[in-house]
Amino acid sequence: MPRIDWLAIAPEVVVAAALLVVLAVDLFLPRERKYWVAALAVVGTTLAMVPVILMAVSGDNYSMFDGSYVVDEFALVLKGVFLVAGYLVLLISVSYIESDRYYQGEYYLLLLSSLLGSMVLTSARDLVVLFVALELTTGPLFLLAGWRKGDLRSNEASLKFFIIGVLSTGLMLYGMSLLFGLTGELSFDGIREAISAEGMASEPVLGLAVLLILVGFGFKVSAVPFHFWAPDTYQGSPPPVTAYLSVSSKLAGFVAMLAVIYLALPAVTDFWGPALWLMAAVSMTVANLSALRQSHLIRLLAYSSVAQAGFMLVPFAGGAIATDGLSEGLGATVIYLVIYAVMNLGAFAVVIAGGRRIGSYEIPDWRGLGSYSPRLGVMLAVFFLSLAGLPPLAGWFAKFVMFRAVLISTGPAGVWLAVIAAVNAVVAFYYYARVVKSAWFDPAPDEIPEETETGPTGPLSLAMGLALVVVLVVGVFPGLATFFGDAAAALVP
Amino acid sequence: MDLLDSWALTLIVFLPLVGALVALAIPKEREETVKQWTLLVSVVTLVLAVVVAARFDFGAAGGFQFEVDLPWISAIGANYHIGIDGISLPLLVLSALVVVLCVIYSWHHWDEPRNPRAFLVLMMILATGMNGTFVALDLVLFFIFFELVLLPMYFMIGIWGDRTMRKIPGFRKEVETRLYAAIKFFIFTLFGSAFMLLGFLALYFKSGSGGQQSTFDIPELIARGHLFQGTFAWLVFGAMFLGFAVKVPMWPFHTWLPDAHTAAPTVGSVLLAAILLKLGSYAFIRIAIPILPETARDWAPAIAVLAVIGIIYGSLACLAQTDVKRLIAFSSVGHMGFVMLGIATLTEVGINAAIIGMVAHGLITGLLFFLAGSIHHRYHTREMSRLGGNLKLMPVMGGILGFTAMASLGLPGLAGFWGEFMALLGSYQPLPGLSTSFFRTAMVIGAIGTVLTAGYMLWMLQKVNLGEPSSEWAGKEFHDVDRYEMAAWAPLIVLIVAVGVYPRLVLGATTDAVVGLVETAFRAVGG
Repeated sequence: MPRIDWLAIAPEVVVAAALLVVLAVDLFLPRERKYWVAALAVVGTTLAMVPVILMAVSGDNYSMFDGSYVVDEFALVLKGVFLVAGYLVLLISVSYIESDRYYQGEYYLLLLSSLLGSMVLTSARDLVVLFVALELTTGPLFLLAGWRKGDLRSNEASLKFFIIGVLSTGLMLYGMSLLFGLTGELSFDGIREAISAEGMASEPVLGLAVLLILVGFGFKVSAVPFHFWAPDTYQGSPPPVTAYLSVSSKLAGFVAMLAVIYLALPAVTDFWGPALWLMAAVSMTVANLSALRQSHLIRLLAYSSVAQAGFMLVPFAGGAIATDGLSEGLGATVIYLVIYAVMNLGAFAVVIAGGRRIGSYEIPDWRGLGSYSPRLGVMLAVFFLSLAGLPPLAGWFAKFVMFRAVLISTGPAGVWLAVIAAVNAVVAFYYYARVVKSAWFDPAPDEIPEETETGPTGPLSLAMGLALVVVLVVGVFPGLATFFGDAAAALVP
Repeated sequence: MDLLDSWALTLIVFLPLVGALVALAIPKEREETVKQWTLLVSVVTLVLAVVVAARFDFGAAGGFQFEVDLPWISAIGANYHIGIDGISLPLLVLSALVVVLCVIYSWHHWDEPRNPRAFLVLMMILATGMNGTFVALDLVLFFIFFELVLLPMYFMIGIWGDRTMRKIPGFRKEVETRLYAAIKFFIFTLFGSAFMLLGFLALYFKSGSGGQQSTFDIPELIARGHLFQGTFAWLVFGAMFLGFAVKVPMWPFHTWLPDAHTAAPTVGSVLLAAILLKLGSYAFIRIAIPILPETARDWAPAIAVLAVIGIIYGSLACLAQTDVKRLIAFSSVGHMGFVMLGIATLTEVGINAAIIGMVAHGLITGLLFFLAGSIHHRYHTREMSRLGGNLKLMPVMGGILGFTAMASLGLPGLAGFWGEFMALLGSYQPLPGLSTSFFRTAMVIGAIGTVLTAGYMLWMLQKVNLGEPSSEWAGKEFHDVDRYEMAAWAPLIVLIVAVGVYPRLVLGATTDAVVGLVETAFRAVGG
């Protein structure tokens, strides 16, 4: 039996235990007490933070199973981010799921399974562990997307997501098997060394493998042209699930991509550099132009998340262009991911809270929100304008490090990508501002929507409050966010 | 007083923001308390600014004083570096003053949908952004403050702005002016500043090429100016030019200005005209020219051409207006053209002209927008064809309008004169290396512009002030200037005269700093 360091896998163990407890307790709880399940899930994710923090403080690295499973700074930082994002999604879910009153236990079970998958993912250092973890993250989401069984749109969402998900998995797996066949190695370190030892960085077959893997990741992070499932799935899924999809699931795709690209394939920049450059440029542009025409808030957020994925890909391209840009690019992407996770969850929390009161996600129906509910109105403005990247809200720093990472090389490729990103940032402002305009500039409807009484709103308010504090504090003291970037950048060999 | 020296600027910048947060805690219904609190905060800020001016060592106006340099975002090498010199001091004081006057003026003037608390909170956030821009000595810090002014102004225009429906070319339906103006203002400025940021980042990375640590520090970048050469510098200047020129605004980036000014509530227009427009031209003097002097010389003729077009275009556009507020808005295009012409000469005279022109434009056009607001408040129209005989209906307001229009057209003895006169003087003898005949041509065209300025201002006066009141106002009572209006306008009137008679009020502070700037920038390149 291999040596197991229990502290190192304690976060995953806690989440797995919480998952099992949720499963067992759910069987014995009467229907009106089901909210205990939610409380257990929240407690579980909170407890899982403890070993993460302990390890972060001690600063030790752990390596298990012949280096397939590693807990280093990169892994710890992202475990923390996944836990916080999961925690916020749980808070957002409580009142929504409570008001539906069915399958509560199963909902939290599946959410925790997905969370467990993404936590394992951060430590995966070979292709098999990575693949299993990534599928554990995505699998439960196929079910969650179709949670509203009676709703045709929800069915469509789930089915589309499933078919595309399986297709992308297949392509990715094909790419991975090619990579294994070429190098004879599964671990990222082994692959990297084999590529440099054999001098096959420009082998066409390797290029094919890299491109297939990138296509798979492209689906996961919903980058153009692999994004077309996103708007329908986002719109059809229950909004808390959409929040999870747009943050944790996207994050998982990016984490896998970071690990594979920076650990296994840093020498193959000739293949993935231009591919990601193109993907970033096209994602930003296409998604932003499509978002301009949306009137459904969640669909708008779907396109916005595609565009944001484009922005997150920009530092990859920057890293590929500049010789010493790899760690800079990795740090920038991680900082962007962290800030995006918080502000996007905040935006979803506001949209869910407002949607419950207004009963519609159509932007014109939200007119005058600021006048009859200033609290929600302010939150809406803060999160959407932060997504737009306006100082002094946290989003500006994400955009700033993104530009910084791509301009580190003064070559024309980097400058052009920066210019494309700059123009896109301006275009994006227009549709975020449209929501703010509707809420603040347009007069309130004659019949002001009543405050709804169903279900607890405390957790939702807590989620919004936490996200608000982070967005404001990080906006003014962005040094707090650079910690994540610096810690993660240590990954680059 | 050491404590004051190190804290004064920080307080001037952040006191309004703290005031805004406190105001949010006051219940919305207690309007009087909110107003008194905001007035107190803005007055304290002004007093601090005046104290700073009093303690400012004018003998060393070329260097930065009241400096604070603390680490802020250490990972990217951005510092909290603030300080003032003779160039920023007058603008900082102007900014603090105008905010106080705006609070006083708005005491009883609330555009729909009222909500004084929200309006005043936005105004205080705006004050932080404006004051911060004038003291920032770090490019990232500068960028943050430069952008910070956008949001409050966007909400001011969008919520309290003009509600008349307008047909916008290219749109199927009519839209409310305020909605169109607010988004247009924002998109234009954001577009410029996105490129400006790229320029800043390029400077940052290039600054490390000499083997030193890369830096965003403005004085440090000026010292490393030799690192920025050739195509690189040309592109960076272009990127920054986009950001600054939109803000000024220079022709042809000016189209947001008439819409935003006309749609904004009175106080919004005043702040836009008096302070926000200055951020762009100030940035040219503070950042673009000293860091990239050689490239500035390459760009100078282009800037001069655009400035001169702005002067002529602004003046001609004024003659085509029927709305008195829109006329004043277009006059800003012309006046800022003179400021930019002064800057384009790259001489001591020209840059001094630009700064005194900025201060004068802030005082005069600020006052003009106050007047336009009050006229609209009385007549509920700004159409010049329906106004007329204002001097008979309201002698005091008519008198002030006449006085301000005279100041605006550059009457000697009033503040507006110096900026125009010195800018033209500067173009007579531009920096060596620039084509003298070219700039003298610009001077002649600019001089024609002053004539046109006089033309439209007098035309406006004739339409609004003189003649007989139209019959539709017969039998209506108009209350002349009230106490609050007088309190807000009197300091501006006094300063317009004071700067006009004794320009050393401004030039005394600026001259040394400008001389220092021009010498360091152009001695090295053999100017």
